[in-house]
Amino acid sequence: MTEPGIMLSTVQDITTALKDKPGALLPILHGVQDALGYIPVDSIPHIAKALNLSRAEVHGVISFYHYFRDTPPGKHTIHLCRAESCQSRGSKQLENHVKNKLAIDFHETTPDGKFSLEPVYCLGNCACSPAMQIGNEIYGRVSPDLFDNAINELRELA
Amino acid sequence: MSTTIYVPCDSSAISLGADRVAAAIAYEAEKRGIAIQLIRNGSRGLFWLEPLVEVVTGKGRVGYGPVQVSDVPGLFDAAFLQGEPHHRSLGLIEELDYLKKQQRLTFARIGKTDPVNLDEYVINDGYRGLTNALSMAPQDIVKHVTDSGLRGRGGAAFPTGIKWNTVLNTPDEQKYIVCNADEGDSGTFSDRMVMEGDPFVLIEGMTIAGLAVGATQGYIYLRVEYPHAHAALNTAIEKAYQADYLGNNIQSSGKKFDLEVRLGAGAYICGEETSLMESLEGKRGLVRFKPPLPAISGLFGKPTVINNVISLASVPIILDKGGDYYRNFGMGRSRGTLPVQLAGNIKYPGLVELAFGLTLRELLYDFGGGSATGRPIRAVQVGGPLGAYLPESQFDTLVDYEAFAGIWAVLGHGGIVVFDDTVDMAEMARYSMEFCAIESCGKCTPCRIGSTRGYEVIDDIINGRDVNKNIPLLRDLCDTLLNGSLCALGGMTPYPVLSALNHFPEDFGISDKANAA
Ligand SMILES: Cc1cc2nc3c(=O)[nH]c(=O)nc-3n(C[C@H](O)[C@H](O)[C@H](O)COP(=O)(O)O)c2cc1C
Ligand code: SF4
Ligand code: FES
Ligand code: FES
Repeated sequence: MTEPGIMLSTVQDITTALKDKPGALLPILHGVQDALGYIPVDSIPHIAKALNLSRAEVHGVISFYHYFRDTPPGKHTIHLCRAESCQSRGSKQLENHVKNKLAIDFHETTPDGKFSLEPVYCLGNCACSPAMQIGNEIYGRVSPDLFDNAINELRELA
Repeated sequence: MSTTIYVPCDSSAISLGADRVAAAIAYEAEKRGIAIQLIRNGSRGLFWLEPLVEVVTGKGRVGYGPVQVSDVPGLFDAAFLQGEPHHRSLGLIEELDYLKKQQRLTFARIGKTDPVNLDEYVINDGYRGLTNALSMAPQDIVKHVTDSGLRGRGGAAFPTGIKWNTVLNTPDEQKYIVCNADEGDSGTFSDRMVMEGDPFVLIEGMTIAGLAVGATQGYIYLRVEYPHAHAALNTAIEKAYQADYLGNNIQSSGKKFDLEVRLGAGAYICGEETSLMESLEGKRGLVRFKPPLPAISGLFGKPTVINNVISLASVPIILDKGGDYYRNFGMGRSRGTLPVQLAGNIKYPGLVELAFGLTLRELLYDFGGGSATGRPIRAVQVGGPLGAYLPESQFDTLVDYEAFAGIWAVLGHGGIVVFDDTVDMAEMARYSMEFCAIESCGKCTPCRIGSTRGYEVIDDIINGRDVNKNIPLLRDLCDTLLNGSLCALGGMTPYPVLSALNHFPEDFGISDKANAA
């Protein structure tokens, strides 16, 4: 978790830099999530004030979009594709394997804080299904073994 | 002279190890003291061969694939830098049937060039369309697009020229060009390949659109799931500004066009054009009532052209070679080419750009080679998550908007997802309802509530509870969705659900088709 002071100055910097763009809210929310990993509830009043919006409006936008989150993610976020092309290549079995391996469900984080698991509905990698993303890294033709290797590598790094 | 080697930077190629292969080639060359020029190109779209390495030889570009890091020393030993044989050799890349049989207009450069090299873009026919457009009256630019017969490639297939004409004839001091790069449809990746593999062609298309309708600001609304496309677009936009292809004085014409990429945030509904504009304005992506049309009152209430990536990326060649040139491809009211994406359980998945008019079967078998598992193909879903499932008996349908409409199906964005005979179509129908429930913007009750009710009913059917009562209930729900939804998310979810039920009743526990009705 970020120190409250650092958190607020980061939010302030991002908001000041972007608030005059037309339709600035999404760019600001992306900026905050890129910097902090999530959009802390405490940042909402600052963002709302800078854009002349109510807190409820800002909160409403954050909650509308699956990608934005208001809780800290694990060190690595795994986006596992659930969509049709990946299903045709065994993504359901893979999903079971992943959930068992990490012992968490979608929208959860492992107790050691290493991995968060999120569903995603197509990564545009449907020619190499099943697909997943870990952070910005994309993986294709993911087998249970490939998944285990990727996870073990990241565990050793961290 | 140093040998030129290409290794794709396309994210599907990267997902199969292209970055590691590129690094291994650079390392091995250095170790052996051999000078090479390593270029990261877009993908040719032959994904079963990725990572596909190409070497420039006197005879042409020789391909090797799929290459893994462990193959690299052996490739050097076999003198692949001279195009010599190796068990990964594919021969001259342009001679591969899969490529040779295609008609690549929109994808003409993709896979051949370094995507973010502006000089290479210009040498390979880039910015010829813009050069022509700069010397034309706006009406004449629009006329070329109208004459080309181009229809929107994002899904609804609305004639692009007519849309542009409305914006042209709606006076306002501020108008916008918005590129829909949300590419939410599962089974599709052609937009991604363009943005990663030839971003300048999209920038050029949007600039031409700006000149055509009198818009000076463009936005590309890009899905956040595409970080590589994001990077490529931003690099290309910066280079276009530096070379005066964007900005206040495009190629000394006195014309202005600015362009910016904005990221979505994982909401499928934000691909719907009015939801997308709400999102660009910084709001929840609630679908707007139409009218007013976006062409008259769109982004920030201003006249707005909103087009899909492929629609806009097809504009440069139309302005380069003329509307008639493009129109001469295709059939009936489907003119030009469609970049089809073969995905799912298929042996040769990839990008196939061809004139409209061949059959689905030719795509599945002549190009696709049948299923990847070698089992019979049982069903294909065409046109994304809101597209119908087609059984074998419909594989002779022509790739043509009207032919698909004729069998209660859609071409959509051209994605084809293949399933073998292990698929459970009741499960697929359930997933369609679940997807609708997850992605609904919440504005209409049938879509918001009916979709949840929908997958509960299908659960009951799957579990064999009151099938005779639940099948009519499911049909009623689909009727309500079809008729009571504001947009196609609710309105078309019945396409995959009912087509699954009608063509594969046995998966729903119904023994004969008559009872399914
Ligand atoms: C639920 C829904 C999702 C859509 N998603 C996309 C999308 O991801 N990309 C796209 O280009 N069009 C999408 N569309 C179609 C757009 O609303 C619109 O028709 C298109 O952007 C117009 O551009 P075009 O005429 O060039 O196709 C979607 C429509 C609906 C109803
Ligand atoms: S059909 Fe669904 S997604 Fe479309 S406007 Fe209605 S509630 Fe929103
Ligand atoms: S929060 Fe809905 S998919 Fe992640
Ligand atoms: S359906 Fe999984 S990547 Fe497209």
